[in-house]
Amino acid sequence: MGNFAHRLKIQNDINTDYVISGRYKFKIQDEKELAKYIFADLEEDFYKKIKLGDFLVSGENFGCGSSREQAPVALKASGLQAVIAKSFARIFYRNAFNVGLCLLECETNYIDDMDELEVDFEKNIIKNISKGVNIEFKPIPEIMKNFLDKGGVVEYFKEYGTFKENVGGAV
Amino acid sequence: MRVRGRSLMIGGKLKGSFMRQTIAEKILSEHSGTRAKAGDIIIANIDFCFGQDGTSGMIIDSFRKIKDASIFSKNAFCMVIDHSAPSPNIGVSAIHDKIREFAAEQKVKVFDVGRGVCHQLIPESGYVTCGDLVLGADSHTCTYGAINVLSTGVGSTDLAIAAASGKNWFKVPETIKIVLEGRLPKGVYSKDVILHIIRDIGARGATYKAVEFHGQLISDLSIDGRFTIANMAVEMGAKCGIMSADKKTIDWVKCHSAKPPKSIAPDSDAKYVQTRAYDVSDLSPQVACPHTVDNVCGIEDVLGTKIDEVNIGTCTNGRLEDLEITAKILKGRKVASGVKLIITPASRKIYLGALKAGYIEIFVRAGAAVNNPGCGPCVGTHQGVLADGENAFSTANRNFKGRMGNPNSNIYLGSPATAAATALAGKIADPREHRRRL
Repeated sequence: MGNFAHRLKIQNDINTDYVISGRYKFKIQDEKELAKYIFADLEEDFYKKIKLGDFLVSGENFGCGSSREQAPVALKASGLQAVIAKSFARIFYRNAFNVGLCLLECETNYIDDMDELEVDFEKNIIKNISKGVNIEFKPIPEIMKNFLDKGGVVEYFKEYGTFKENVGGAV
Repeated sequence: MRVRGRSLMIGGKLKGSFMRQTIAEKILSEHSGTRAKAGDIIIANIDFCFGQDGTSGMIIDSFRKIKDASIFSKNAFCMVIDHSAPSPNIGVSAIHDKIREFAAEQKVKVFDVGRGVCHQLIPESGYVTCGDLVLGADSHTCTYGAINVLSTGVGSTDLAIAAASGKNWFKVPETIKIVLEGRLPKGVYSKDVILHIIRDIGARGATYKAVEFHGQLISDLSIDGRFTIANMAVEMGAKCGIMSADKKTIDWVKCHSAKPPKSIAPDSDAKYVQTRAYDVSDLSPQVACPHTVDNVCGIEDVLGTKIDEVNIGTCTNGRLEDLEITAKILKGRKVASGVKLIITPASRKIYLGALKAGYIEIFVRAGAAVNNPGCGPCVGTHQGVLADGENAFSTANRNFKGRMGNPNSNIYLGSPATAAATALAGKIADPREHRRRL
């Protein structure tokens, strides 16, 4: 049983109000409960399509708008393995890795709804098994990979107490 | 020590600047002890960070999950109760209480109900100065770019990490340079300029990038006028919107802050990914139409649109200069029948200044509802939620569907002058008709 792509009817500029409406974000404390309302204003019961390990596939500027962290939290709690998009808005991008939600940035024109996908993190490739094509994604920077490995930046900080990466410019 | 065309290594650390750096590259280099260039990922020390009442609840939750966490520097953190101030319901009151409790426990500052909006209070209270690196759990943190601060919005967990460690990771952005020349015609203001730029660049045109604003127009603007421009950089997707510091900047920060300013200017040969030049001499008042900020048109295209509520205030246009312009247009006149005019000064200090100058009396006599300092109706939680089918004209920075609390309503954005003219007319009106008063 493989993992499958899911696409919304709208492709670009999916803002975080669409991901999870403001009227739910204050009311629901339980992440699994929150996940039931993802994209509720766009396509009711969208969450029912998602099986554990599936992917959300989108176009440009996914996650734009407000900085609400409930957006990546709800997406992660829905069971998605990753969100795949042509580009991501920057606060959402940071929030996602901070809460342990994987984002993959690549050309998404060759992925249709319900294509079976597999991700090779060593080679930075998404294999579209249904179409027999491989799509390269932008490698995830080391620091974000470390957050994902630990399940989020808080878990990472619980373990290391600080940023342990040796990052920086040429010096 | 500058050695043209060559680097000079002293004690293993690179001295001097041959690097063609932008303001963002310089500030991030300085705060990370590296020679950062666009595209690098660095760990940087931050000078200040904060949350507001919509985001502090989750900041506190994440903070508490980190073992043995304490705020890295008591004077480098605060929380502001502004988005729903005073609280409109029990749930929000509980969050406000949680904020106060955390502030008392950690011995940090909380700006409580009535003090004002975070993006006015923080620079006004002297927490930030030129050359600082600042994070805020609010997307309009880019506002302080107007006073040569690299400030940017992040989510709650990000802020908790920054508050606990005094650091965060940053990807050094490329920079778009914007040069603004020409003199603004009467009745046209910095809000019109930034709306025009956003129309041109688009809501995602500056994603991940820093934007630098330069040119004669910027020099001519007051600091209040510059805050309006920097405030809306995020509406183009930008990480930050920064200006160089000039005498006006230094005078302003010295007047408000004891922190020594460190003016950071770009190198004359800094590398920009894009340069755009605008001449504002023929600019007309601009309006962002429902339901996106980049859906901007000239006022001539929307004149006469019926308006039910006018909102003047917010972190974009709630400053003393904005209230002065509003007062000049409203003086001795009355708001059109059927229009709710809601005016919210951005801070207690501004409110007091407006009282002293007689603006508040002008507003009240004109028929306005004057709020305590705070975000007012901008974010749709209280103090002016719209009814089904209503049209609002607002000096805020966002007009997304449902922004002012009701998805079945429409929001137009513009300058305080356009808003005031609109309130008098009961429909979108041209502030230039009042130019003799301005």
